[in-house]
Amino acid sequence: MTFLSTVKALALSAALAVSVALPAAHADEQYFPLQSYRVGPYAAGGTGFFGGFIDYLNLINTRDGGVNGVKLTWDECETQYEVERGVECYERQKSHAGAAAWNPLSVGIAYAMIDRITADKVPLITVNHGRTDSTDGRVFPYVFPLLLNPYSETSGIVNYIAAKEGGIDKLKGKKIVVLYHGSPYGKETIPIYELLAQKYGFTVQQIEVPHPGNEQQSQWLTIRRAKPDFVVLRGWGVMNPVALKTAVKVGYPVDHIIGNVWSNSEEDVIPAGEAAKGYTAITTQASGNTYPVVQEIVKTVYGAGKGNLEDKSRIGSVYHNLGIVNGILNVEAIRIAQEKFGHRTLTGDEVRWGFEHLKLDPAKVEALGAKDLFHSINVSWDNHEGEGYVTFQQWDGKKWNVVSDWIAPDWALLRPIIEKSAEAYATEKGIKLRTAADADAVAATN
Amino acid sequence: MSAIATELSAAELTKGAGLPKWLAPLLIIAIAYIVVPLTGGSYLFEAILLPFLVLSLAGVGLNILTGYAGQVSLGSAAFMAAGAFAAYNFNLRVEGLPLVASIIISGLVAAAIGIVFGLPSLRLRGFYLAVSTLAAQFFVQWALTKFSWFSNDSASGVIDAPKLSIAGLEFDGAVGRYLFALTVVVVLTFLAHRLVSSQTGRNFIAIRDNETAARIIGIPVLRTKLLAFAISSFIIGVAGVIWAFAYLRTVEPAGFDLDRSFQILFIIIIGGLASIRGAFLGAALIVVFPLALSRLGNFLLGDVFDSGVLDMSQRIVLGALIILFLILEPDGLVALWDRVRRRLLLAWQSS
Repeated sequence: MTFLSTVKALALSAALAVSVALPAAHADEQYFPLQSYRVGPYAAGGTGFFGGFIDYLNLINTRDGGVNGVKLTWDECETQYEVERGVECYERQKSHAGAAAWNPLSVGIAYAMIDRITADKVPLITVNHGRTDSTDGRVFPYVFPLLLNPYSETSGIVNYIAAKEGGIDKLKGKKIVVLYHGSPYGKETIPIYELLAQKYGFTVQQIEVPHPGNEQQSQWLTIRRAKPDFVVLRGWGVMNPVALKTAVKVGYPVDHIIGNVWSNSEEDVIPAGEAAKGYTAITTQASGNTYPVVQEIVKTVYGAGKGNLEDKSRIGSVYHNLGIVNGILNVEAIRIAQEKFGHRTLTGDEVRWGFEHLKLDPAKVEALGAKDLFHSINVSWDNHEGEGYVTFQQWDGKKWNVVSDWIAPDWALLRPIIEKSAEAYATEKGIKLRTAADADAVAATN
Repeated sequence: MSAIATELSAAELTKGAGLPKWLAPLLIIAIAYIVVPLTGGSYLFEAILLPFLVLSLAGVGLNILTGYAGQVSLGSAAFMAAGAFAAYNFNLRVEGLPLVASIIISGLVAAAIGIVFGLPSLRLRGFYLAVSTLAAQFFVQWALTKFSWFSNDSASGVIDAPKLSIAGLEFDGAVGRYLFALTVVVVLTFLAHRLVSSQTGRNFIAIRDNETAARIIGIPVLRTKLLAFAISSFIIGVAGVIWAFAYLRTVEPAGFDLDRSFQILFIIIIGGLASIRGAFLGAALIVVFPLALSRLGNFLLGDVFDSGVLDMSQRIVLGALIILFLILEPDGLVALWDRVRRRLLLAWQSS
């Protein structure tokens, strides 16, 4: 085996020498491997999100000539939201030099990547979704469920329902049904709903809709029998409009259905037609194209014919805006890391440091042209979510209208649960908890 | 189908002049063990060879049931899932159980489930049996999702694979996991090869070709059918373990859906029914061909179209090629390969 490993080490170092030598020949570039999905049942989310992300990267390249002169590059690999395809894409794209961060927009793929990206030291961004306990940066140094992890989302929704009912103590005796997508993403919040139900004294019934969710008659008949005060729709893709239409069919009032952060887009309500009128959903980023940054994208990127969305009416839609916000977060993390490490192509670990110092207060968000698009973010080495705020929007049949202020989820309540879960994971995997000093040590090469 | 078998052995006879029959597989195994690990990059292992090995093994398993014993099954992914989750749970809940033991036990669990869902084969045939094996597909997936005990009450129902180590030897990294998978596949394929040329294997073929005749010459039809289900499910179950532990290193029930069952069925149809080599050729085509197409498409047209359009057109190309291939060569890649080899041999002998 020693002979084998020597030969392998030689081959590896030769390969490494080649791969290090190559980028030196180019100007500085920072690369985004995009594991996107533009076909399959979740294409609406994929095209909107990756469209917005690419549009923002394009804006930075066209308007600013990159981040401090470092050009942003990317390529796409189609995953269809399937884990094996995501893994294949990961293996295909990781050989590209100068990767900044991974953004697969799929919990299943993200789960399969955690070990791999941790070994490679490149950040994995799961904006608004992901594995909740990866919020704990002591255990998951390279995973970032930015803005809103699933538990915070749950807390935000429960608080909103409480506010509608007139206070947190009014939740007692109420009944909430959670209709969730039968996938790792959908199931992520089962324990936290149970826990909040116990804490606040409401009863919760959680009903699964098998992937992809285009048939829900039996689930909604169960809901009709249960007569809940509220239904939380934790859907994804085609499941959402089907849920709204089926709700009307069984006579459940749509204004008592609260959508989660992946059931909040135009693509979810428009296909449901009249059935969606009055439906409310949580969001971290408002929809609409009036925000300065969206206007600049329309002018600079779409004006030059380089826009990514084929259907221009989707500019400023929920998914598109989420892609833009995700672009802002990724680019600003690079910018922050560049201030420390220099205006050049950064290693994955340096970008990780940037994400761990990603602090955008409302003033900074306004300077980026995103005032009211999203509230703020405050990531630290041990809090990888970054205290995102949520708001609620209601569909009037034509557009989403914001119906609440920016609300903070109950982080103090959630943090101990998250830490407990992360520590259990650390024990199971034999991971040593990271300290602030570890987080400051940055690998200069990939 | 039996025609193929005789034709094959005739071919073996003519070329048996110089080289012993075991030489070619041995050479391939030697290359797979020595040359590939030294030269391959992690993409080759992680994205091509590992799924290829797993799907080949599953193909071998299904081929025993469908190709040799003639029982069509659409439950392969369910048996894979049963194997993967059984291995995970035995590994988790039984302290100090060696990995090899948990793999074997998980194969046995899959075999037991295979026997249960094989029972309808005593009354049903052909399409009717295929439909009844769908029950396995839906039931296993449903049970694994419904009872969170199977995934150790993990919040999202996704389980993390344990480290692979046998007797202190760690199979870490892409190459290690590849060698691990390769060893399992080689051992099980060898056993499958022995099985199909044994009396039991001939019983399978007898039942496939004419059940009544088989019964008359004294083959215990009932027992043999269930045995076929058990052995096939065992192999497919072990394939599921490698899929979860060595390839993806994470498992969710949704990864073992009906699409996967169809994929395995297509592998043996395209590769060649009732042939061990066929499973490998079919898996190679199913795994490598879409990747090659997608890379070619990205390379040639990546700047013109977005990835969605490319992916759609690749599906059309792939589908059309499969249809074309099945029309021109219904006996699968194995028959094609044998014909090419015979031609080459003839040309060589006559020159």
